[in-house]
Amino acid sequence: MSEFVTDLLSAHFFRPCPCGLLKWIPAGDVTVENFLRVLTGRLPPSTPRSKRLLSDDRSNILIYLTGHGGNGFLKFQDSEEISNVELADAFEQMWQKRRYNELLFIIDTCQGASMYERFYSPNIMALASSQVGEDSLSHQPDLAIGVHLMDRYTFYLLEFLEDIHPASKANMNDLFKVCPKSQCVSTPGHRTDLFQRDPESVLITDFFGSVRKVEITTEVVNLTDPIDPANGEAREEMYSYVDQLPVSEIIHQKPKQKDWHPPDGFILGLWTLILLVFFKTYGVKHLKHIF
Amino acid sequence: PPIAYEFQEELVIRPLHSGDIYASFQFRTVWETDFTRGISHYRLFPKSLGQVISKFSVRELHISFTQGYWRTMQWGQPYLPSPPGAELWVWFQDTVTDVDATWKELTNVLSGIFCASLNFIDSTNTVQPSASFKPLGIANGTDHRFLRYATLPREIVCTENLTPWKKLLPCGSKAGLAVLLKSEKLFHSSFHSQAVHIRPVCQDEPCKTASLELRQTLNVVFDLHASGQGKREWSLFKMFSRTLTEACPLASSSKIYIDVTDNPQDQFELSPATHLLSQAVVLGDRRTFSVYDLTQQVTFGTVRSLNVLIRWKSTEGDMLRPLLHAERYVAGYGLQTGEIHTLMYNNHPFRSFPVLLLDSVPWYLRLYVHTLTVTSKGKDNKPSYIHYQPSKDRMRPHLLEMLVQLPPHSVTEVTVQFERALLKWTEYTPDPNHGFYVGSSVVSALVPSTVAMNTNITKEQPLFSTFFPTKEESSYFIRVYTEPLLVNLPTPDFSMPYNVICLTCTVVAVGYGSLYNLLTRSFQVEEPNPGLAKRIANVIRKMRGVPPL
Repeated sequence: MSEFVTDLLSAHFFRPCPCGLLKWIPAGDVTVENFLRVLTGRLPPSTPRSKRLLSDDRSNILIYLTGHGGNGFLKFQDSEEISNVELADAFEQMWQKRRYNELLFIIDTCQGASMYERFYSPNIMALASSQVGEDSLSHQPDLAIGVHLMDRYTFYLLEFLEDIHPASKANMNDLFKVCPKSQCVSTPGHRTDLFQRDPESVLITDFFGSVRKVEITTEVVNLTDPIDPANGEAREEMYSYVDQLPVSEIIHQKPKQKDWHPPDGFILGLWTLILLVFFKTYGVKHLKHIF
Repeated sequence: PPIAYEFQEELVIRPLHSGDIYASFQFRTVWETDFTRGISHYRLFPKSLGQVISKFSVRELHISFTQGYWRTMQWGQPYLPSPPGAELWVWFQDTVTDVDATWKELTNVLSGIFCASLNFIDSTNTVQPSASFKPLGIANGTDHRFLRYATLPREIVCTENLTPWKKLLPCGSKAGLAVLLKSEKLFHSSFHSQAVHIRPVCQDEPCKTASLELRQTLNVVFDLHASGQGKREWSLFKMFSRTLTEACPLASSSKIYIDVTDNPQDQFELSPATHLLSQAVVLGDRRTFSVYDLTQQVTFGTVRSLNVLIRWKSTEGDMLRPLLHAERYVAGYGLQTGEIHTLMYNNHPFRSFPVLLLDSVPWYLRLYVHTLTVTSKGKDNKPSYIHYQPSKDRMRPHLLEMLVQLPPHSVTEVTVQFERALLKWTEYTPDPNHGFYVGSSVVSALVPSTVAMNTNITKEQPLFSTFFPTKEESSYFIRVYTEPLLVNLPTPDFSMPYNVICLTCTVVAVGYGSLYNLLTRSFQVEEPNPGLAKRIANVIRKMRGVPPL
């Protein structure tokens, strides 16, 4: 699924796909917690830049979700769900932290419209493939592997987007008309009341295309000389490769001195118990025989 | 004089005995720099890796991503071994004070560079080998406190890992041999492995200057029936769906080697014909290669494109049996105990040689090391060196390293019993019934060689023969990886919390509720509703002042 998105975006809008705009999160990392952390930016400090959503208040964000879902939730990896309330709260956090300018939310699951019902942050436009109480269906199966490869709404959306080029003037109203009930069997829905601009005036390329601004200059910049490789004095000792399996060295390896740790709580407790039992049984007067 | 920057690329194609074909790409960038002083100007060396090396004081870095398992008995020894999944081992410089913290940051940064889940590497799957994985580059001493090794056998390799790997090449995937690396064909194969190896190397014979070498390698084995449609005829176009049109302009050498050693009676023919032949000693054997030099315009002929075609006429000939081979499996039944068996085969007829076995077992398989037995030919074979570090629940894995002498023409079996632990319910993956992976065992050995190995480092040699440094002529170093194990842990029924809540609430409501009602309810006798006549009679009696009926 992700490969078709990349192919679509890179083939039709910008070549090559600049890795800064698309975030790849490998399958092991896809959990509800990680998704919400990526959106809100609350990631551990060691997270690399390519896994962060580096957006600010001038970024337009496109969020596309697909999979199995129901009334008010979406399934993640068959073991957890994200609810529409959580998603709405995450978007509000993003708005408060000025992490987006405008947000387009497309969801292709069963009863997808329930997911955008709870949004309350401004500048969000949402599209869903089916209303509450309806199922989104999948497109034709691949007869070689016997599994359906794509959903209907996604298929017709892709077909529509393939006709859009970076200079296209198509607006959001055209996007709302994608996949009517005759093709999709479910009724696609959309929500524009939170969006401040009129959908007629919003170009599709606002969310699906990106143009890097290039400024050409004819000035010449003089680079300073590179750092002198200060190897005037040649090294006296020679480097050498290490023996890969030095058998005699390995056999005669001294065991490493382990650091001394004070006795664990368990050991201390055990010894205290033993001493207590001993002195209880035999009486304290034996102490003077020992010491 | 040492060269400041050099880039070489090569492709080795080795037809395998079973009809499959093995292609190994190597891209080597050598950079003469004193990386301990900080790097500022990058040319051919990728900046992302250079920054990683200088920031984390890395001396050597080896990372590989593999899909599939290398079948040694059918395919022979690979030029560059790698275990299934992801493997990362790093030697840090002596100046690093907190190796564990640096390791954690390094894995996170690498997971971003290669778009892989390397951030799952933590203390529960990292070990510090005490004798294996000596540095492959130049080194002064080997203090194993600066070595860390981790493997993720569950990691899947796909296009998202190949794309950033290709971006590290100087010519990208636009020119030279890298144009052949198209993912739709590369992943439609029996075995696919891509790796990045960074190490310091000698530049010249007295070895007074050190350079930083970056090797990017990609090994792929195409299956005769899946990719070859059953016909024993291979060409670059059939394997990669591309042909070559030019060498990478930044490369000082760009060559294709086809292994023709097994072709004395012309079992296969090579076209376009080339008269360049080269011999190299690799994996203990002297092999002959037909060479296509892509830097020469004449290689591309009049059609300006090179498509090497190998066509078989007959299928005789047998394969050289690999001298060292290892297998591993889990024995036992049930979900409480089991036994890990590791078998190492020494196929040399009369020489015995020592091997170093490294086993890293996750903490949830509790090994009973007192049941460890090593037997060869039915008799007990005591290892000359054993290093065992026990595991700590949820903190570190088991580490077992043994130096075993394998007698000639024998099978050595290492067995150890284990018990499976019950994990906490949040520690299970979303698909727990798939099982839990145990990383491959690593067998490192110095195998006796049939021909004299080349110990001269500066002689012009093909890249695939210079990966492991050779110190003596009579033996060569190899590493063999066993299969990863897939063990089922006792898995709870995850719907039970819901079931328990429903059942408990029902029982409480029904049982306690009725008991409470019985204890606290008071009963009153209620007269049934009187008939109409009686009601009228009662009204009259009330009026008369007489008690009702």
